[in-house]
Amino acid sequence: MIRRALRFLDQRSGAAPALRKTLHYAFPDHWSFLLGEVALYAFIVLVVTGVYLTLFFEPSTAKDTYEGSYAPLQGIEASKAYISVLNISFDVKAGLLIRQTHHWAADVFVAAIVLHLIRVFFTGAYRKPRELTYVIGVLMLFTALLEGYLGYSLVDDLLSGMGLAIGYAVGLSIPFVGANLMLAIFGRPFPGAPELWSRMYIAHVLILPLLIGGLLTAHLALVASRRHTQFRRKRVPSEVKLVGLPAFPAQAPRSLGLLAAVAAALVLLGGLVQINPIWLWGPYHVSQGTNGAQPDWYLGWLIGALRLVPHFDVVVWNRTLVPNPFWGGILFPTVVLVALLAWPWLEQRATGDRRFHNALDRPRDAPLRTAIGAGFLTWVVMVFMAGASDRMLVWLGISYMSQIWFYRVAVWIVPFVAGFIAWRICLGLKAMEEVEAERARAEADPEIAL
Amino acid sequence: MSRGRRQALLAAVLLAGLGVAAVALAAPPSGIVHVPGGSKISRRQLGAGLFAANCASCHGPMGEGVERANNRGAGATTAQGPSLRGVGELAPDFYLRTGRMPLNHAGEEPERQRPFFNSREIAALSSYVASFGGGPKVPDPHPDFGSPAEGLSLFTEHCAGCHQVVGEGGYVPGAKVPVLQHANATEIAEAVRTGPFLMPKFPKSQIGEEDLNKIVAYVLASRHPDDEGGLGIGHLGPVPEGVVAWLVAGFALTGVCVLIGSRLKR
Amino acid sequence: MSRRRAELLVAVLLLGVAACAVMFIVVYAQSWAHLTQYLALCLGGALALLGAALILAGEKLFPAEEEAVEEDYPPTEHPMEQYEANQLLAETAERFTRKRLLAGAATAAGAALGAALVVPAASLGPLLDTKSFYYSPWRRDRRLVNEDGRPLRAEEIEEGTFYTAYPEGAYRDELAAPLVVVRLDPEELEMPAGREGWTPRGIVAYSKICTHAGCAIALYRDPKFAAAEPGPALVCPCHYSTFDPARGAEVTFGPAGRPLPQLPLLVDSKGDLRAAGQLSGPVGPAFWGVRTRRPSA
Repeated sequence: MIRRALRFLDQRSGAAPALRKTLHYAFPDHWSFLLGEVALYAFIVLVVTGVYLTLFFEPSTAKDTYEGSYAPLQGIEASKAYISVLNISFDVKAGLLIRQTHHWAADVFVAAIVLHLIRVFFTGAYRKPRELTYVIGVLMLFTALLEGYLGYSLVDDLLSGMGLAIGYAVGLSIPFVGANLMLAIFGRPFPGAPELWSRMYIAHVLILPLLIGGLLTAHLALVASRRHTQFRRKRVPSEVKLVGLPAFPAQAPRSLGLLAAVAAALVLLGGLVQINPIWLWGPYHVSQGTNGAQPDWYLGWLIGALRLVPHFDVVVWNRTLVPNPFWGGILFPTVVLVALLAWPWLEQRATGDRRFHNALDRPRDAPLRTAIGAGFLTWVVMVFMAGASDRMLVWLGISYMSQIWFYRVAVWIVPFVAGFIAWRICLGLKAMEEVEAERARAEADPEIAL
Repeated sequence: MSRGRRQALLAAVLLAGLGVAAVALAAPPSGIVHVPGGSKISRRQLGAGLFAANCASCHGPMGEGVERANNRGAGATTAQGPSLRGVGELAPDFYLRTGRMPLNHAGEEPERQRPFFNSREIAALSSYVASFGGGPKVPDPHPDFGSPAEGLSLFTEHCAGCHQVVGEGGYVPGAKVPVLQHANATEIAEAVRTGPFLMPKFPKSQIGEEDLNKIVAYVLASRHPDDEGGLGIGHLGPVPEGVVAWLVAGFALTGVCVLIGSRLKR
Repeated sequence: MSRRRAELLVAVLLLGVAACAVMFIVVYAQSWAHLTQYLALCLGGALALLGAALILAGEKLFPAEEEAVEEDYPPTEHPMEQYEANQLLAETAERFTRKRLLAGAATAAGAALGAALVVPAASLGPLLDTKSFYYSPWRRDRRLVNEDGRPLRAEEIEEGTFYTAYPEGAYRDELAAPLVVVRLDPEELEMPAGREGWTPRGIVAYSKICTHAGCAIALYRDPKFAAAEPGPALVCPCHYSTFDPARGAEVTFGPAGRPLPQLPLLVDSKGDLRAAGQLSGPVGPAFWGVRTRRPSA
């Protein structure tokens, strides 16, 4: 039966050679190579659940009265967008499950990308000839951040409305063009024209998913065409010969199993652990705010940056050249983005190494890269932690102002300490290995009496 | 020292340590003085005696307040406190029954704890303080008359900025804003009317009796929010959600990767 | 685990998937409380069992004895094909005699056409007209009303609390509309120069929108004992910008770069609070002209 199907397919498409190649495609074998797949599968869950949600969501800020089944909010006036999400949550069967699965998938999607990026960085997988693959990956990460932000802002609840105002202020803070740019996007000053919601919606359901999909296709095509990198193996020239598991019959069931596991984890979270209970926050009004409002986790680094910058606007001849949110909201993420994008070429220039690399480094094999990476990551993580200082006050009683002052200083010092520690650990591990190797050599040498 | 002697010394030190700890834990909080006499003395005498022993050092013997004084009061407190003239029974009842007063040091944040006095003592103290210059009585809210639904919009407008929209507390520069899980209806109403520590007070002209009932109903209902979506994880939004995404999903899925991967031997 | 055992286990797991999926369908048709949780357990369980079946099959059933395959990494480049492609492109380019002219003309065409295609994006918003940033619904004699539309009376404004006010008859969901109104002891006020008479009886009104990033100033810190506690302050819950209402809402903590705009007040003959003029500056987050003029109606 399989033979008949293959014959049908090959006669009508000529695909048999391609299929044969695909079945033999070799996957180098390490658990950390699967992190990118976790992100991919989370994206698939996002698209599937997202399509379902578009069948019910109303992207409109026109005011309406809630008349659904959630009693505590009956009769309130809110936007049609908010009300449609209440309806999905309470009056569409399985609606809340799919909505929460979608939101958990977004959180896990970005987390998986970050883990994957960390793996790629510390093993040097971005080196020639894979710089392009890496750049596409970094662009996908930042697109995913924007996509997630738009997604939860579409709901128009109190928390995300506050976040939208902050995004507007950050855009406004771009020198010279910020005001004009925000007027173009929002249609008029905050809270914006009705068209804003249509724009956010179409960006979130069409434009950005297509962009991510396109980048993803290019990313996977490049990985396949250059083949995946591998850790060095004994007795195999690892730069030249790829040793791995064939796509079929070895890798395919395991990858599909991972897809099922990712989907299972997201669905279980989606129904068992509540996320974004917008019926508790209430709808957004310009004149309202709540304590403890935070963006979704992947934007926590930005709220930390915004809170840490001391209070000053750069004013020249009574014109505000650089409003305060610029430093934390625009400059900081731009520095991170540019540093990430430029890194493969910075490393090439610094080391003079322009060879092709198919074998990966272990982190300890490149102490300086590991140290710089550890320091940079620590910098971003410390800024991220500063964003949660108010919760630390509530949970641990540490003074908020002291925390802010601590972070303002520590954010510039601790990364160097972390980098130094990482560097020493790498050197220490390598030294240990050399001692072991010496010992093994000595034991194998018949001339040395033990 | 021989082994036997060392063991004996160690045992002695441990026992001594336990004894000290027991004595320390058993001792009452420093500075609180209760008036002996039980039911024989009148309410006014009880109130006056308690006030003189526990409150006068900071609030002045006639509740007139102490701007700054160099002498230390009962229980080594630093004497400094606002005037209690005109606060009525409402404020003392609130502070005393939530254990926020007496305070160890002026200016430190009063925090909710077990009350230092029993109900009779609180009533006596409250009426004694009320005698300084009149003032509001202990309120009698009726949360069953108010709907939590209307309470949500009132609460968001007046309270959520400090207390967080589901009453989970938060931060204001100068204080930690308490969670509202423990206060009963009377205490909520009292806090709204008196504005303890750095909290603003909301008079009847701003939040009428009906609106107060709605707010109290909302706060009481917000203790058990509708967790239709599953585990509430604190009702704080993205912070606990991010923790779950990383620590639950992150670990689980990384675990699956480790399970699947690395089959070929090196 | 032997192959046969593994096959049996995989079959059992797959039947488990089927059972959970059927349960999902059955539960979906019910009207129970906590339906979301039951649905998640059924579907999540089905997917988890499917994952287990696939992974187990991948471990035990699918692979042949010798698992690893070896292949060469693809060639680093293809000089032959590069050469041929280059030949074709270069040869075609060679045939052009007026290379520079044509290249220049093509660049001009491409750039201009690209610009033309992009230009309709300017219709998205009033790209160059930033007047709307200076719009404010406040003007002289506009009454202040509360959430329910009731006018704010000066004698009802007490010390120690804070009020949200809106312009009577105007649209509320503008940034410039909501105000925060507090009353302070007139002796304690230290307003900036030029604001004499803006604060009748110690009542001050500021824009409720934070000048840092546009959140609502929803916190008011009111000390009961000034000698030992920090002074009154309006605070924003987003990044904790703190403004001193007694000093023209100047920033005392947090990242905001300029004070809150203040609205001058007057008390009319009936005792209602009205605006005595326009706000002292544009509302909300800063943009580059924000200090250059006051808002206008």
